[in-house]
Amino acid sequence: MKRHLPIIILIAALLAGLAAPLATGASAPGFFVEVLLGGLMAGVLYSLVALGFVLIFKASGVFNFAQGAMVLFAALSVARMAEVMPLWVAALLGVGIMVLLAIVVERVVLRPLVNQEGVVLLMATLGVSYFLDGFGQSVWGSDIYEINLGLSKAPVLILRNVFQGGILINKDDVAAAVVAVLLVVALALFFQKTATGRALRAVADDHQAAQSVGIPLNRIWVIVWSVAGVVAVVAGMMWGSKLGVQFSISQVALKALPVVILGGFTSIPGAIIGGLIIGVGEKMAEVFLGPVMVRTFDLAGGGIENWFAYVLALLFLLVRPEGLFGERIIDRV
Amino acid sequence: MFYRENGQFKQTYRQDEALLPIAQDRIVMLALLVFAFVGVPFLASNYLFLSILNPFLIMALAAIGLNLLVGYCGQISIGHAAFMSVGAYAAYNLMLRVPNLSFLVALVLAGLIAALVGMLFGIPSLRIKGLYLTVATLAAQFFIDWMFARVKWFTGYQSSGSVSTPVLDLFGWQLDSPVKKYLFLLAVVTVFTLLARNLVRGHVGRAWMAIRDMDVAAEVIGIRPVYAKLTAFAVSSFYVGVAGALWGFVYLGSWEPLAFNINMSLDLLFMIIIGGMGSILGSYFGALFIVALPIVLDRVPAWVGAPLSTAMASHLASMIFGTLIVFFLIVEPHGLARLWAIGKEKLRLWPFPH
Amino acid sequence: MSAQPQAQEMIAQGRRIGEVLLSVEEVSLSFGGVNALTDVSFEVREHEIRAIIGPNGAGKSSMLNVINGVYHPQKGTIRFLGQPRHDVDTHEAAAQGIARTFQNLALFKGMNVLDNIMTGRNLRMKAGLLAQAIRFGRAEREELEHRAVVERIIDFLEIQAYRKTPVGRLPYGLQKRVDLGRALAMEPRLLLLDEPMAGMNVEEKQDMCRFVLDVNDQFGTTIVLIEHDMGVVMDISDRVIVLDYGKKIGDGTPDEVRGTQAVIDAYLGVSH
Repeated sequence: MKRHLPIIILIAALLAGLAAPLATGASAPGFFVEVLLGGLMAGVLYSLVALGFVLIFKASGVFNFAQGAMVLFAALSVARMAEVMPLWVAALLGVGIMVLLAIVVERVVLRPLVNQEGVVLLMATLGVSYFLDGFGQSVWGSDIYEINLGLSKAPVLILRNVFQGGILINKDDVAAAVVAVLLVVALALFFQKTATGRALRAVADDHQAAQSVGIPLNRIWVIVWSVAGVVAVVAGMMWGSKLGVQFSISQVALKALPVVILGGFTSIPGAIIGGLIIGVGEKMAEVFLGPVMVRTFDLAGGGIENWFAYVLALLFLLVRPEGLFGERIIDRV
Repeated sequence: MFYRENGQFKQTYRQDEALLPIAQDRIVMLALLVFAFVGVPFLASNYLFLSILNPFLIMALAAIGLNLLVGYCGQISIGHAAFMSVGAYAAYNLMLRVPNLSFLVALVLAGLIAALVGMLFGIPSLRIKGLYLTVATLAAQFFIDWMFARVKWFTGYQSSGSVSTPVLDLFGWQLDSPVKKYLFLLAVVTVFTLLARNLVRGHVGRAWMAIRDMDVAAEVIGIRPVYAKLTAFAVSSFYVGVAGALWGFVYLGSWEPLAFNINMSLDLLFMIIIGGMGSILGSYFGALFIVALPIVLDRVPAWVGAPLSTAMASHLASMIFGTLIVFFLIVEPHGLARLWAIGKEKLRLWPFPH
Repeated sequence: MSAQPQAQEMIAQGRRIGEVLLSVEEVSLSFGGVNALTDVSFEVREHEIRAIIGPNGAGKSSMLNVINGVYHPQKGTIRFLGQPRHDVDTHEAAAQGIARTFQNLALFKGMNVLDNIMTGRNLRMKAGLLAQAIRFGRAEREELEHRAVVERIIDFLEIQAYRKTPVGRLPYGLQKRVDLGRALAMEPRLLLLDEPMAGMNVEEKQDMCRFVLDVNDQFGTTIVLIEHDMGVVMDISDRVIVLDYGKKIGDGTPDEVRGTQAVIDAYLGVSH
């Protein structure tokens, strides 16, 4: 019971925080659901980025915070290449570029630092992010580029019968969500049902034991990085299609951190759920909590979503550092 | 052959504990200070002051502050520019609301306020370390950014959200030219550097380093982690708070809330990684590098006949920074300061091979 | 072992063994199902050298960890200087006068020998932040005062030539001396030594024995040490405790313990 007390306090606090939105929601349920869905959609994008991160960490024990920058680089490459070739060709090339990039980063940056603490790796991959920022813009240009997935950007009204006036959602958001779900299901099947997937899980558990039963580590790592590369290209294309492709390190590179803290560094479901919680939480806080705070404190506008994710992660850290689904870390002297 | 301690025997502990025990070092330092205070004002152009020297001095101060926390005490912070912001806005509000307040007093008070805020956000360090602590400092960065942007009281209810400051008047001496600003900054930074050097060689500095190197053993010796970590946050935030106030008042003149955003925090971090963590001298190296490189990339290619566009120059700067960060983290975690120390070691033998 | 005649002589000179300094009463410690210690009781008298021996995994290091507050026992009390302790933290234990060295060393790799030992003086250095920043005057006097104390310890341990060397560069035997020096700098009443001779050759062991005996003799420090080398234990300790599987199976002078059947069985691996 005592072990669960911090969680109970956290949930109670979250519910209290949700009181305002729920109150508004009670009076305008359609709007509430709209915001909720919008949050979920944003959350899906975060989840996809965190997913790549968790995959690499699970299989090789490496913190790759450059994941976000790599996603953006992939998106940028695909967007530009798609100007001169069919989208699906560009996407395939994009996966290739991603895998190559991932392998280079792993060999040059991450492997020499493999025994260092997470902070050193974070700083190194921030360096990589900076490099990719400059490099990407030198090679591909600095404007905002579009990825045209062939989906109409016009929002659509659904559930007109259930909620008054219906709910407005974007088609590309739905597409992103569907793709994410398909991806997660595919990954889950891959890890649980195939021999390679089993090998990956073995490697994640214990490198030496896996080697001693004959699992070829290097090949496994190439597979992992390739899978992560595919996830990154998918995430990049979804993100790029929705928002246009532009580098913003604080948005992408750093936001993965709260997501994996919430979900646990080694958990795939955690990455998904963490991303969704952050996406929904941010939107809810911005839309519902924001006006309340503006009125109470006489603020000059909103912007709560800038810090919400990090403060939420901080609270989690103080209460449950291993995240929702991560493993308990025991410190012994 | 010239840089040797031969014949310089220390006969008391006091002599051994001096800041600059080697006579040649003392001579060089004296010459450097004389040159900095007397020579540079005559030799440097206004442009040099405005674009390199003045920002370099302020950033060196901020880098020293961050280095105390990260390099000496081992507590990571990637949101430190937020405390610069606190210092700047605190100084602004003090000068605005307290009549006839001397800027020097406001500067120290602003530093103290920043120290308090820093201590507050340093409390998580008592329970979490390393990677997890970075999230706490990021939360500080984004929350404080937002607070100064939205809570109108801080900006004196200006409609634009940005604040501007008058020309500084220090007991009659008006800081109305780049040279005068330079001299003021040089004086402040010199004093603060001396204070930092003293702290680092005192027992609090050793406590910080003990916590950094092995906090379990430090506790066993009787060092209280709470005291060490919170003082590290406090002193570090004091320094960057003062630096922030100087940045806003002396260098920028007017600023908006985004002036102290995450990019500046990352710049500070890069300064101490490249310059050398756990080294005051390294903070200077790093600050000079980060301040000067974009300017150099902007101007030098044109001189050698291969001009770069401004955009390209900034991309190149990002790439160079990124590469150097990775390089220094892998190859020489103690940064340029260690390379400098190695160079000095070689100098002791020069021109002899061994 | 050539430390033998020296040790016997010193004991023969009759150090005054005083009152009970530390009393361990029915201490039990477990980690999630593994019982590290079960109902262990013994006392340590002032000025004596008490050894804790036992096969690997017997709980010796855990016992030291309990004494200086790294672990908190689920059951039992520790009484230090007559006062019962409950859940005391390591730095409080240090303030009470308990110092300790580590089996795997725990030196501050980023500092040199002098600074490492100076950290042992931190408890006694009182100058405030501002005084240290200004340095001139009070803080400087305090630094020099404590530096003099540390230099005496450096002389005692014969490591003068290395005082400005970063500790990471020293050979293992010298690092062990620095570890000891740092503990001595705390001027402790009770010194806990965790395998101070581990990994040393014969000469190094002789030196360390000499230092341990000198510390006890000159400064009167009470010493509890864990050691595997039976020769050393039998020579320099006044009394010995034997642990096996977390339980105490022997307590007395070296000769008494040597003859106890349970102890012989434990070391010879007779199943019990």
